[in-house]
Amino acid sequence: MPPLLKLILIRLGLGVLTLFLVSVVVFAATQALPGDTARAILGKEAANVARYEALREELGLNEPVVMQYVNWLGGVVTGDLGNSLVQDTPVTDLLSRRAFNTAVLVLIAALLSIPISLLFGSLSALRRDSKFDLTVSVGSLSLAALPEFVIGIVLILLFATQVFKWAPAVSRVDPDVPIYQQLELFILPAITLTLAVAPYITRILRASMIEVLESEYVMMARLKGLVERIVLWRHALPNALAPALQVTALNLAWLAGGVVIVEYLFGFPGIGQSLVDAVANRDMPMVQAVCLIIAGVYVVANLTADILTILVSPRLRTGLR
Amino acid sequence: MSDVTTITDSELVGLETVHAGRRRAEWIMTVQEAWGMGRTKIGVGIFAAIVALAVVGPWVAPYSPTEFVGLPFSPPSSGVWLGTDYIGRDVVTRVLYGGRTVITLALAATLIGLGAGVTLGLITGYARRWLDETLMRILDVVLAFPQIVLALLFVSIVGPKLWLIVLMVGIGHAPRIARVIRAATLEVAQRDFVRAAEAFGVSRLKIIFSEILPSTTSPLLVEFGLRLTYSIGLIAGLSFLGFGLQPPAADWGLMINENRIGITVQPWPVFMPVLLIGILTIGTNLIADGMGRALIGIERDTGGT
Amino acid sequence: MATAMTTDPTTGAGREVVLTVEGLTIVLDPSGRNIDDEVSLWIREGEVLGLVGESASGKTTAATSLLAHQRRGAKISGGRITIDGRDVLSLADDELRTIRGGLISYVPQDSSASLNPALRIGTQLMEILEAHDFGGSGSEREKRLAEMMSEVLLPSDHAFLRRYPHQLSGGQQQRVAIAMAFANRPRVIVLDEPTTALDVTTQAHVLDTIRDLTRQYGVAALYVTHDLAVVANLADRIAVMYAGRIVEIGTKQELFEAGQHPYTRKLLSSIPDITGERALKGIPGWAPRPGQRPPGCAFTPRCDWAIEKCSEEFPPVDGPTSEHRVRCWRWKEVGAQPVETDVVLRDRSLDACAVAEKTVISVRDLFAFYQHKETLHDIDVTLCERRCLSLVGESGSGKTTLARCIAGLHQHKIVGDIEFMGKPLARDARDRPRATRQAIQYIFQSPYSSLNPRKTIRQILAAPLKVFFELSRDEMEARMEKALEQVALDATLLNRYPDQLSGGERQRVAIARGLAAEPTVLVCDEVTSWLDVSVQAAIIDLLADLQREMGLSMLFVTHNLALVRSISQEVAVMNEGRIVEHGGVDAVLEDPQADYTKKLLSDTPTI
Repeated sequence: MPPLLKLILIRLGLGVLTLFLVSVVVFAATQALPGDTARAILGKEAANVARYEALREELGLNEPVVMQYVNWLGGVVTGDLGNSLVQDTPVTDLLSRRAFNTAVLVLIAALLSIPISLLFGSLSALRRDSKFDLTVSVGSLSLAALPEFVIGIVLILLFATQVFKWAPAVSRVDPDVPIYQQLELFILPAITLTLAVAPYITRILRASMIEVLESEYVMMARLKGLVERIVLWRHALPNALAPALQVTALNLAWLAGGVVIVEYLFGFPGIGQSLVDAVANRDMPMVQAVCLIIAGVYVVANLTADILTILVSPRLRTGLR
Repeated sequence: MSDVTTITDSELVGLETVHAGRRRAEWIMTVQEAWGMGRTKIGVGIFAAIVALAVVGPWVAPYSPTEFVGLPFSPPSSGVWLGTDYIGRDVVTRVLYGGRTVITLALAATLIGLGAGVTLGLITGYARRWLDETLMRILDVVLAFPQIVLALLFVSIVGPKLWLIVLMVGIGHAPRIARVIRAATLEVAQRDFVRAAEAFGVSRLKIIFSEILPSTTSPLLVEFGLRLTYSIGLIAGLSFLGFGLQPPAADWGLMINENRIGITVQPWPVFMPVLLIGILTIGTNLIADGMGRALIGIERDTGGT
Repeated sequence: MATAMTTDPTTGAGREVVLTVEGLTIVLDPSGRNIDDEVSLWIREGEVLGLVGESASGKTTAATSLLAHQRRGAKISGGRITIDGRDVLSLADDELRTIRGGLISYVPQDSSASLNPALRIGTQLMEILEAHDFGGSGSEREKRLAEMMSEVLLPSDHAFLRRYPHQLSGGQQQRVAIAMAFANRPRVIVLDEPTTALDVTTQAHVLDTIRDLTRQYGVAALYVTHDLAVVANLADRIAVMYAGRIVEIGTKQELFEAGQHPYTRKLLSSIPDITGERALKGIPGWAPRPGQRPPGCAFTPRCDWAIEKCSEEFPPVDGPTSEHRVRCWRWKEVGAQPVETDVVLRDRSLDACAVAEKTVISVRDLFAFYQHKETLHDIDVTLCERRCLSLVGESGSGKTTLARCIAGLHQHKIVGDIEFMGKPLARDARDRPRATRQAIQYIFQSPYSSLNPRKTIRQILAAPLKVFFELSRDEMEARMEKALEQVALDATLLNRYPDQLSGGERQRVAIARGLAAEPTVLVCDEVTSWLDVSVQAAIIDLLADLQREMGLSMLFVTHNLALVRSISQEVAVMNEGRIVEHGGVDAVLEDPQADYTKKLLSDTPTI
């Protein structure tokens, strides 16, 4: 087997293993721990032993735990995530539209953050210790510190309520209207996510760019008499991007978690909002589904970054050593 | 093999800070170096001021935190400087009372995370390969959950208990801290002074404590600041979602949640907690950054990890 | 004063002076402390000037400044550099770009770091031709590229040019760097320790290439190195640097046969020589870091000739001829003394005690693995009591692996027998009885890695004492002081941290830590390879004394064949995981049997 393929297959295998373990954790946490589903559904009526037992039977809770897991996982793989305990409709139906909304939101945020970070990160590395660099450094440091809800509320106060009234404070996306006709509802949530994520990517890019600019090979490129444009674009940037790739993937995956608070804050109908509702209502199948989706996004994003890193770095790609 | 000379390094780097005479332990030097930076001073100042506000607040508050002093969402007036909240309690009073919980819970979560993270990091960094691999796989699984999702998953089962939130935020930190400590440990573990201790026959546990742990104290200082920043955001965020402190408690995160419906008529009960949490996290992050920068400088000078 | 060092270009060898440096001063950027001070030199067409100095002497900083380049944190604050009459330091950025890589080029110390890991070597070679528009057309450049590759004896086929740097060996990488430097047929070439990271055999080939190319193209070359033996073979003239200043400059003969500066003479006598019989003589103390240079002549604290004036004022440029310049107040008296050659012979008393040998360590049929790869094959070797056995080989020869197997530090699979005093040794040091762990002590290659930077010297020395002995506080203190005394260090160092010590002092502390365990066997793994030659000689001297006085048996691992005679009685030559030759030191070095030993001997540069 070619070494490159082997390397990629190993990463893939590890990714699948992690996904499997994630599903075990989600299942174990929600079904094997105290407070079972039947009791949760019945609430006070759980005192009625007959009804309680009947429901347990119906939900398959009397089977051995391993069998319950196998049945559940079989459902997950085939897209059957069970019924919501609150609305008594399949979780898949409830989540599909919302997952789409969230995906659009995350995509917009990613498309905003990556170019912004690239620009600010590499410019401040190139103008190291200048006023610009200092401003970016302090700005990104402060933004990176702020919790998403702080950023979001400040944006609401500034642009939706108290100072300007440019954008809607609440983003109740209408499922019956095409997204492009209600894009204004995405503005503030997307900017909030961007401001929460871009500082991290900016900082890592700056750091890796500085490391590359101080490397021997960039010094050598300059001592060869190459013009600065070639030094930067051919010698520096490609080497600075590889380490930044991992962090970018991590942060984009983080967006999937960041949506929980942002969606709740803006009343945005996405999976994050669903998770908050489901936790409040103890709607276990819903909690399971959203947790699985979010963790799955993380694993896949990470895996993609790993494979991309292999593909962009000759040392790994050519597989020698 | 041969003289891989560090000539240029020793020529240029480290000369600016030649340690004359007495030298202190490395983490003290890190703290001193960090303190010399403006950003650290500002960070410490902010942190101290907000902690002081949270500690002293309840004694200087004009009203009781549960006392009704006016109509819901009254605008600022004399005696009720920032107006009232959604059921007519004094905003100033509730802000003065509301900081303690966030700060204490965040500190507790950070300490749990550090304890677990350092232990795991040291073990994975200096253990036999299979143990390292196994533990790292498990940590990867925890890492797959964004911290807020991890906490919500368990809140959905056990309910919004404070101990659970602190524990889950701490557990969420653990693999992230463990990775940092593992990296530092791996680097130290391949150094010859560890080989020397092994050749003398010093036990693994003793090597971890006497040779490796001292090298991780400075990265730990940085991690502490960083994780404290995130803990504050997470704990306040969970309260904001309604899963942390429960009414009628006075808590900054909860205040935001309770009062945000009135944001257009009476912004103060939302804005003040947001402002204070924001400033607090900026402060702790500035401290972490100062430590991080100092650490890089010190390690370059002392030839540490 | 600075200009006095340059001479009228019309005198001398009659060839045209290409490069002139006058009074070059380089300072640390924020603090203004100087790294290089009043550096003046000149090089003629086709001439190689060796710039020799120990670590931190400022030679690398001086070298890159010839291309008007400084690393972050340093800047050129004064002086003049002219190449073919052009004043380099006054050029604008775009003019500078045309001369860098064109008129003057640079070969870096470590080409594995200075070749871009993400670009194919063909691209990296072609771009220097393109940047200077060599030949005016693409086809001319293709032709030149092929020519360049053949000049440095590398293949120029498409497949090779499409390789990435990590797919080349260290020697090949360095050849690529050299090809790049000669690409545009420069007038001046600066070589910054280009062979430091290479094995002697590779080094010998690379040096040949450099010599041929400089001659062929009439290039003026500055060859920066810490290794006098290398310049002895390559350079026409030599400049000796100490603490950021050139203390003596002259032709090779003048410096080697009639050095006028005490430092030049001391440096020469501290160089181990394969052919010589003399004992190594180190220079006491160590060179100051450039920023901490004492007033006056920086060599004063280590100099036998020092007088009061030396610590007050740095002497002016003077010297016997206009080409042989020296900066020393007493150069005339120094020069009047004949250069001591072979005065002190090495101690041979131990060679004689070959009778009644007792085997301390014996290795039989040993195979060792690194992961699944066999790295040592069928090793048989014995170490006798009170003797020193040298294990010599290039990197990757398995010499360190063998030493680590003996010390119980090899963490992979081992097959075969290792016995200590007739009893088999456990593989892992931790499984060995305390008395054995105590008896065999291992001294590591790098004192920068073997001493914990977070601990004081006291804590470091206490480690073996705590493990091996039950001592009271006072007894511990007394033992530590004794151990330091054995390695000629002062007890006041106990409270210091390793980073407050020089490299030589650190290695002495590491040796003291080994001695504190009261061993009978000392395994020394390349213990001097991180040290300057003047310090190396002193450490070798110390080890030889310890062996004699304490009756230690010693295993001395080294890549430097020239050191072997100064310390050991027996030598085992290793290559690719096997012992290819084993015998008495004189026999092996004077009449080598194995081809590999012969090659190693002929490739090792000598003075």
